[in-house]
Amino acid sequence: MSNNQSPFALSRRQFMAGAAGLGLTTLASGLIVPQAFAQEATPKRGGVLKLGIGGGSTTDTFDIRVLNDWVPVNQAYMTFNGLVEIDKDNQVQPELFESWEPSADAKEWTFKIRQGVTFHDGKTLTAEDILYSLNLHRGEASTSAARSTAGQFADVVKVSDTEIKIVLDSGNADLPYILSDYHFLIVPEGFEDWTKPIGTGPFKLESYEPGVRARFTRNESYWKPNTAWVDAVEVIVINDIAARTNAMMSGQVHAINQLDFKTVDLLKRNPNLEVVQSAGGQHFTFLMDCTQGPYTDNNVRMAIKYAIDREQLLTTALRGYGKLGNDHPIPVTDPFYAADLPQRAYDPEKSKFYLKEAGLDSLDIELSASDAAFSGAVDAAAIFQSSAAASGINLSIKREPSDGYWSNVWMKAPFSMGYWGGRPTADQMLTIAYSSTSAQNDTHWKNETFDAKLVEARALLDNAKRKEIYAELQQLISDDGGAMIPMFGDYLDAVSTKLGGVTTHPMFNFMGARLAEKVWLEA
Amino acid sequence: MIELILKRVALGILTLLLVSALIFAGTQLLPGDVASAILGQNATPQSLAALRQDLGLDLPAWQRYLTWLQGFATGDLGMSLANRQPVADLLWPRFGNTMALAAYAAIVSVPIAVLLGLAAAVRRGGIFDRGINIVALAFVSLPEYFLGLLLILFLSVQFNLLPSLADTYAGMSFPDWLRATTLPALTLVLVTVAQMMRMTRTAVLSVMDQAYVETAFLKGLRTKRVVLRHALPNAAAPIVNVVAFNIAYLITGVVLVEAIFNYNGLGRFMVDAVAKRDLPLVQAAAMVFGAAYVILNSIADIAAIALNPRLRHPR
Repeated sequence: MSNNQSPFALSRRQFMAGAAGLGLTTLASGLIVPQAFAQEATPKRGGVLKLGIGGGSTTDTFDIRVLNDWVPVNQAYMTFNGLVEIDKDNQVQPELFESWEPSADAKEWTFKIRQGVTFHDGKTLTAEDILYSLNLHRGEASTSAARSTAGQFADVVKVSDTEIKIVLDSGNADLPYILSDYHFLIVPEGFEDWTKPIGTGPFKLESYEPGVRARFTRNESYWKPNTAWVDAVEVIVINDIAARTNAMMSGQVHAINQLDFKTVDLLKRNPNLEVVQSAGGQHFTFLMDCTQGPYTDNNVRMAIKYAIDREQLLTTALRGYGKLGNDHPIPVTDPFYAADLPQRAYDPEKSKFYLKEAGLDSLDIELSASDAAFSGAVDAAAIFQSSAAASGINLSIKREPSDGYWSNVWMKAPFSMGYWGGRPTADQMLTIAYSSTSAQNDTHWKNETFDAKLVEARALLDNAKRKEIYAELQQLISDDGGAMIPMFGDYLDAVSTKLGGVTTHPMFNFMGARLAEKVWLEA
Repeated sequence: MIELILKRVALGILTLLLVSALIFAGTQLLPGDVASAILGQNATPQSLAALRQDLGLDLPAWQRYLTWLQGFATGDLGMSLANRQPVADLLWPRFGNTMALAAYAAIVSVPIAVLLGLAAAVRRGGIFDRGINIVALAFVSLPEYFLGLLLILFLSVQFNLLPSLADTYAGMSFPDWLRATTLPALTLVLVTVAQMMRMTRTAVLSVMDQAYVETAFLKGLRTKRVVLRHALPNAAAPIVNVVAFNIAYLITGVVLVEAIFNYNGLGRFMVDAVAKRDLPLVQAAAMVFGAAYVILNSIADIAAIALNPRLRHPR
């Protein structure tokens, strides 16, 4: 259950060299225990953890239905618990659900509720609380962002005081993973006052100024063993990347999220901090609309996929902090990753070949680019422009404003840029962006074989068989889909060397947004 | 005199009205609206339409403007569209923060600037005068975000003397508050001192060249007395003007400084509001900034009149 048994071993070389070289001994001596020792050292209780988090605004709330940015999500995980938890190895682990059992067709799932858990107000967790919390995301009137995910729950019923059953529209072997969505958090039955959140989580909210700061104190009766080490957590919202980095460099906070790829290498020189690099499902896309010319022709799509220098893009735009993409959205960290699929390389000759197949000598296209898609997107477009020229593709870059990018350009322009955050399962990722009925199918790609196999794989409990089908689906997207996916970006955080218990995590920054619960302060 | 002041006030109100119309028109030109900003990548046409209707965004722009203006005129700033909180509750504490930072910077920078200006004027052409001018020009030409980052690099990251985050909260002690806000205040001081100092020097010097000052010197008065009693009062109008102008800048020009130091003031708040297309917030913040600017400029004008006998008693 506990996820902090093996702290992530990070390089200590820079720490030793840097501390001696810069003469920062006053800062270093006695205060910083190198992680190699911390690994053996037992966790310590106490201290005030200060987090500088980007991704908050004055409109933030604790309402679990509308959590949509990193500050509210991290704060929600301090206050509430989920039903399940994704561990650092991308495996689902029990949280408020203690265990589960699917029916043979994966349509009906019975979950055992953890007993003896209490809310911050002293009330004991019951099946009714879980029903109420899940139902917040269901029904016609629900304003929840997880409404479409919860839409597949045909019924959620109480079996006994210790068990509930979820009945699905159709079989889904990934249900426990789906329940790890950060909207599926648990509040007491009938709870409505989101300004005074009550959960079963590791910390209690003490003071709150949305978009500015928040302070939490430890829930002394927290049920989860080996967690909630610090006495209090202070969250300072720092949206400006430079301000966030400065706060980390000057030691005002113990950890910051979402580092700038461009400055990570400089940040690493600082002896008082560690950079945590987590591979995950976050990937960056060049989206061709399969319903708009010339991208209706797969030869054109293939020509474009061979016209990009992925290696160069990765080393330039992400400074190497990522993985090469193979034109499908499943990351290496996913158990269903198609490892046998050969990596597509930069090949202007092949690209020209496909253009010829499409009956073209050269291709004039326009790419709508904006840093709203991801930080460095416009630079990435320029790199693509120069590598594509070799295969006779004349790319013009149309710079779009960041404001309104998602409503005015994304899914509307024939060729645009975008990104996807990781999803806990291959099925979710493939469904949301590639199934023909999804509202967020951002390439408008429709493939009946794909749709049918996706549904088939979803209901299978046999993982070997599933892996086979998912490999086929990845190849299908890679060879026919409308998305050119050149790279996956790692999640980058910086943490103070005073923090113990920090690990990488495949979901999101800050250990799946649960850092506050897991870490302790050394000395 | 009274008539003049009333005229200034009326002009100020007209300016504010124009500002509000311009800001409103400007926000209409921006792509996207609060509904798409709230829903982001999760927006579907149905949810967008529902949210727009919910927020009253389906009404024509002029109608929304008039509704807002009516509310504003009666002292009702309206509700934030994004989180449905009263604008006033969100706005005034941050306005207080911005004013506090501006006051901190002004209390330090105004006396320093005037004294340095006077000293430079008295020692015209000397080493001190030239040195201070070069330093002043250097700071004036550095953009405040660069200056702020330099200060952070040296005072915060390298020597760890002051915090780089201006992290303030309700109930913090005054010394803590001073410590937290010293870096942003220092940045503002450095940017504004230079201009005020140079203006003071120029104003005093232009008076010092006049015949009556020469007469005063020939009468055998000491430099200090000539400068303080004879030159300074006549140079006061332009000095007050530039001081008022700089204080207005301290209030309205802090957006970048607030971003660099993560200070919870009105500037950062307004940027947030624009990004979310939260019109009532943007309008209210713009009106506060506009009002600060207009009021301080009016004060400068009125002071210039009050300090100048020729304008005070026009023939």
